[in-house]
Amino acid sequence: MLKILQNIDRRWVFLFMLLAVAIPILAKTVFPVNISPQTMMVFNAIEDLPDGSRILLSYDFDPASQGELLPMAQAFTRHCSIKGHKQYYMALWPLGSPMVDLSIDTIESEYPNLVYGEDYVKFDYKTGGEAVIRMITQDLRGMYELDSKGVSLDNIPMTKNIKNIQDMDLIINVSAGDPGTKQWVQFAATPFGITTVSGCTGVQAPQMYPYIPDQLAGVLGAIKAAAEYEAAIDEVYPSIASNPKAQEAKRRMGPQLVAHGLMVCLIILGNIIFFVSRKRGLA
Amino acid sequence: MKRTVPLIIAIVAGFVLLIANFIPFAEDWGLTAQEWFNILAVGAMILGGGNLVKLHLMKISGQRKGWGYSVVTIGCFVGTLIFGLFKIGVHPNEIYPNVGWSGYYLEGGSGLWWIYQHMIVPLTSMMFAMLAFYVATAAFRAFRAKNTEATLLLVTAGVVLLGQTYAGVWLFEGWLPESMQWLRFDHLTEWVMNIPNTGGTRAITIGIALGVVATSLRILLGVDRSYLGQD
Repeated sequence: MLKILQNIDRRWVFLFMLLAVAIPILAKTVFPVNISPQTMMVFNAIEDLPDGSRILLSYDFDPASQGELLPMAQAFTRHCSIKGHKQYYMALWPLGSPMVDLSIDTIESEYPNLVYGEDYVKFDYKTGGEAVIRMITQDLRGMYELDSKGVSLDNIPMTKNIKNIQDMDLIINVSAGDPGTKQWVQFAATPFGITTVSGCTGVQAPQMYPYIPDQLAGVLGAIKAAAEYEAAIDEVYPSIASNPKAQEAKRRMGPQLVAHGLMVCLIILGNIIFFVSRKRGLA
Repeated sequence: MKRTVPLIIAIVAGFVLLIANFIPFAEDWGLTAQEWFNILAVGAMILGGGNLVKLHLMKISGQRKGWGYSVVTIGCFVGTLIFGLFKIGVHPNEIYPNVGWSGYYLEGGSGLWWIYQHMIVPLTSMMFAMLAFYVATAAFRAFRAKNTEATLLLVTAGVVLLGQTYAGVWLFEGWLPESMQWLRFDHLTEWVMNIPNTGGTRAITIGIALGVVATSLRILLGVDRSYLGQD
């Protein structure tokens, strides 16, 4: 038995992982969500702003991280839309721009009362990473003369009076790496005191915690925090709970639970094999 | 000359950005330098593209091992470039209907949109999703409690893995007394992230920052010239 376990084909592990992820997805299993204080910090940063506040949303991620970050990006969009905040979208990653389009689609389909140019606007991707941030903290038009539709910022109601992003009430950054939250903290949040919150991948989250609470008003780390954020929105705005698209992160917690459980079982099993082998002088 | 001019450019640009950060009078210099940087960044993208083509063409012409992959790379690169640059399948912008190529480059149904939607999205998502399988098999084969440090890491990983799901709550539901609720895995995960992780990351970040200051000073003063290359 020990020998079989020691030499188990790794394709069995792949199969178990496939089942661990597939079964909860197919069974549509949803588990309860406990909202953590960290998530409430992010929720309150948006919720406590007066309706119609100016919020800059930078989507610094691409399709590779879409599974982990898109649900929280969409939740940010829904929360801002419900509150009637003015949403300014941009991206520091070339493939972040199509991610913004998905949020724009959400606004157009779920909040038809919101008007492009009055309630939300999109700036196209510009190369330069942190240099883009540095520039728009001083001069927005130095980087974006036009919006993504080719309209001059001076002719758009919600941008004509904006000089730079110091006029924003909040920055929301959804980040999968560099340039991302770290650069927003270094070049916008810290030097100019602009309140900033971040939604980032699980790998990045530990690096962001030291910035809380002064340089970042809160961090959502990975899909778990996104699920908690969705639950927080549901609690305050029960009407959104009936929208299945607004429950995407919660739905993804099912596969995460089973997959993490499997990982822990595999680690325990691997260590049992290791200790028994060592005892028998086989390791 | 080949080394002196780039050295002077680097030193002057570095000092301008440094001064612009601390002296309000020089703030505009910093903005100008950043505008230059953005223009250069576009140039760097062209240079990067050119370099990619050159390297793979050399590989193909020499028929070196794996040259077939280079053909695929060049084909995809050129194809995407043509679809994106010439905006094939993109309609003119509604505001400027008579201006060619004025439409949105990723307009639904266009060539680049098709490449993005049906090639880039599934391929990059697949690469990320495959991590789950590799991490699982690595955890099974390599994550061993060989010594005290490894055991500590292993226990912490187990707690955080379960704390990141509802299992962290569910495992303790109904039997753990109120005074011991801090032992729940979700609470322990929060503690791990907020206290040891934050402390450790802060220390590393400050260390890195000091290292960056030292390296930057060496570059600004012309002591470190390794970034200029060898010839």
